[in-house]
Amino acid sequence: MSEVLLKLEGVHTHIGAYHILHGVDLVVPKGQLTMLLGRNGAGKTTTLRTIMGLWHASQGRITLAGQDITARQTPDIATSGVAYVPESMGIFSDLSVRENLLLAARSARTLDDIDTDRLEWIFGLFPAMKKFWNHPAGKLSGGQKQMLAVSRAIVEPRQLLLIDEPSKGLAPAIIQNMIAAFRELKAAQTTILLVEQNFNFARQLGDSVAVMDDGRVVHSGSMAELAADESLQSKLLGLSLGAHQ
Amino acid sequence: MTSLKDLDWKPMALVPLLALAALPAVGSPSTWLTLTVAGLAMGMIVFIIASGLTLVFGLMDVLNFGHGVFIALGAFVATTVLASMGSYTAADSLWLNLLALLPAMLVAMAVAGALGLVFERFIIRPVYGMHLKQILITMGGMIIGEEMIKVIWGPEQIPLPLPEAMRGAVLLGDAAVEKYRLVAVLVGTAVFAAMVWTLNRTKVGLLIRAGVQDREMVESLGYRIKRLFVGVFVAGSALAGLGGVMWGLYQQSVIPQMGAQVNVLIFIVIIIGGLGSTLGALIGALLVGLMANYTGFLVPKVALFSNIALMVAILLWRPQGVYPVTSR
Repeated sequence: MSEVLLKLEGVHTHIGAYHILHGVDLVVPKGQLTMLLGRNGAGKTTTLRTIMGLWHASQGRITLAGQDITARQTPDIATSGVAYVPESMGIFSDLSVRENLLLAARSARTLDDIDTDRLEWIFGLFPAMKKFWNHPAGKLSGGQKQMLAVSRAIVEPRQLLLIDEPSKGLAPAIIQNMIAAFRELKAAQTTILLVEQNFNFARQLGDSVAVMDDGRVVHSGSMAELAADESLQSKLLGLSLGAHQ
Repeated sequence: MTSLKDLDWKPMALVPLLALAALPAVGSPSTWLTLTVAGLAMGMIVFIIASGLTLVFGLMDVLNFGHGVFIALGAFVATTVLASMGSYTAADSLWLNLLALLPAMLVAMAVAGALGLVFERFIIRPVYGMHLKQILITMGGMIIGEEMIKVIWGPEQIPLPLPEAMRGAVLLGDAAVEKYRLVAVLVGTAVFAAMVWTLNRTKVGLLIRAGVQDREMVESLGYRIKRLFVGVFVAGSALAGLGGVMWGLYQQSVIPQMGAQVNVLIFIVIIIGGLGSTLGALIGALLVGLMANYTGFLVPKVALFSNIALMVAILLWRPQGVYPVTSR
């Protein structure tokens, strides 16, 4: 079993009067890509936002590399090495691609301070970033914005990437591009917790998987196991793989 | 930074369009030039005051109706500093005048900025995210501030005469343009240039622009937006103090209620500009300054109403102001 980087134990989250997470237990092994699957409203996005400190757990414990981060503020969690790509992508539309990346590189005061090799690696993953370097991010296409959002998360090395539905609303060709980029990130031993609804996308990338329903993790195991078991898919996700290929 | 070809020029064109539209109504070109320079000077002073307020709203959704207290405080502090340097202000030398004016401005900014720090900590911070309470408590803060000014400087109007070398006018053809108005345009331009440079060329500036659009994402990138907000609030208060000095010299007198009087104008300006937009605040301020001067000359009875009419017309065209901030 790989070393555990992130661990959630009995995490409950309330948003106002609503009780959204009902005791989430989840482990994210280091150097692996863990898929978090589930129907709409199952609590996947809330789980990511709770890890990130954007909503605070009312009960339970979250540890990152053994450190308790449950009560930490979002900027502290980010500086602990967690990068977050929200479902909305969180792009600063009025800023250029260059400025978006400079902001994400916390240790850099200017572009000259960003590791050139890393920037070239990002340009290799997403050539559009180089092409539209000085363009306002708001003028990029949906796929390019998603590429920028992911580029921002990896512009400096991070312990853990939290990514919320990167394939949402993207054309199939762009999705293939994203899959190729995530494969490269996996090859670089990046630890990723990725929320996804597109099972075909998830199946191609995931090492391990957790399935949520009604604010709880109802299944966890290897992705290969779930991908091979159509009856389990049907039971957990209400789908058959054949219908999504 | 948005490149020039991506810039929306239409709102910028409104300023020369308004000026040109006023020319046939005013009739005399020399009178028109005098009014136009006066309008630009007034606009630049209002911009100095409003620029901080628009960023404060943009960053944290804070409606600060107490901004006027920093204006009044800055102006009153300047009366004290300038009175203590009477020999410098009375000298017929621009350099000696500036030797008095610059410390007056710096002290006014420092005092207004320090009050801003206290104001943010004890008045704004407890009511983050509560607009109605923000309006009530900041207006209350301004009333208390005004009363404190009366305690320190008295309730009467205090003259704030222009330094000797800034009095009078220069002749541009047949038009007499007051020297101080040219100074106000220069100072306003310098403040705008400094803000543009800071917002576009420094990382703190990038963070402010990003925070105005999506503060949650800025925090997710590892930056403490509240610390940034305190900095912007203090800087905005200091700029309001500077604007207060400029406004007091423009009026050549100060009263404790001057902040409340200017408050209406600056809210019109930041609404016209688009809440959170610095360039929008500049365009709004110039339009307001020009409109006030033209209507004050042509139809004095509608001068007060004219700026509200201008705001309504602009909001009918662009409901979120001339430069709406994306993602707000």
